[in-house]
Amino acid sequence: MVKNNEPKDPQDPREEIVTHLGPMRAFALSLTRNGAEADDLVQESLVKAWKNLDSFTPGTNMQAWLFTILRNSFYSSRRKVAREVSDPDGIAAGALAEKPAHDGRLAMNDFMAAFQNLPVEQREALSLVGASGFSYEEAADMCGVAVGTIKSRVNRGRARLVELLQSEGVDFGDMTDRVTEAVVNAAGRSGGVAA
Amino acid sequence: MDEKKEKDALEEQIRENLQRAFMEKAQENVPDRFMSLLAQLKEQDEASHGEE
Repeated sequence: MVKNNEPKDPQDPREEIVTHLGPMRAFALSLTRNGAEADDLVQESLVKAWKNLDSFTPGTNMQAWLFTILRNSFYSSRRKVAREVSDPDGIAAGALAEKPAHDGRLAMNDFMAAFQNLPVEQREALSLVGASGFSYEEAADMCGVAVGTIKSRVNRGRARLVELLQSEGVDFGDMTDRVTEAVVNAAGRSGGVAA
Repeated sequence: MDEKKEKDALEEQIRENLQRAFMEKAQENVPDRFMSLLAQLKEQDEASHGEE
């Protein structure tokens, strides 16, 4: 540890953390639904992770370890603030009440709006299993719940999305190219949704 | 027509969209604040642990 430019030690878990920053930000955004809050959450989690590096077992999945710290931070500060309650169905219905034009961009916004209006447990489960590719078992471990609980959250979340989107007659065909834009838009405006 | 099939296709689309949304966000450039934070944490470590 003499010079900053000495070769990085691949065994040093501190060097690996940086490679998980992107996924941490994506996961944080799916929980907070707000870009600024998401990055604050990532920052808090990084500090905690760094201080608790001793609890990381080398050779195990660091992303799972970091995600666990992140979601625990999220839920504990959420409990403290106690301002966000699982979304009542009314909000989701309201957000989708406007009939979308037959335009891919609006369709994508609807997709993300529908996702963002799922209860946080379902957003979390879908992010871990559907989006990040963790197994049900890994996700259950990370969330401290039974495997069956994760499965049912994933299934309910997915079913709810299908239901919301089918009822809007959303055309999925145009959707895939618009995802990034929708995520950015969703991040930008979600302050309003959460407030 | 085939509702079951249509539903399966929708679910598959949802999975793909979530995956892609997640990936795009994950691949965004990481804000400088995080690199600075990590550098700062590392410096603190080195300061407190001395050499070794």
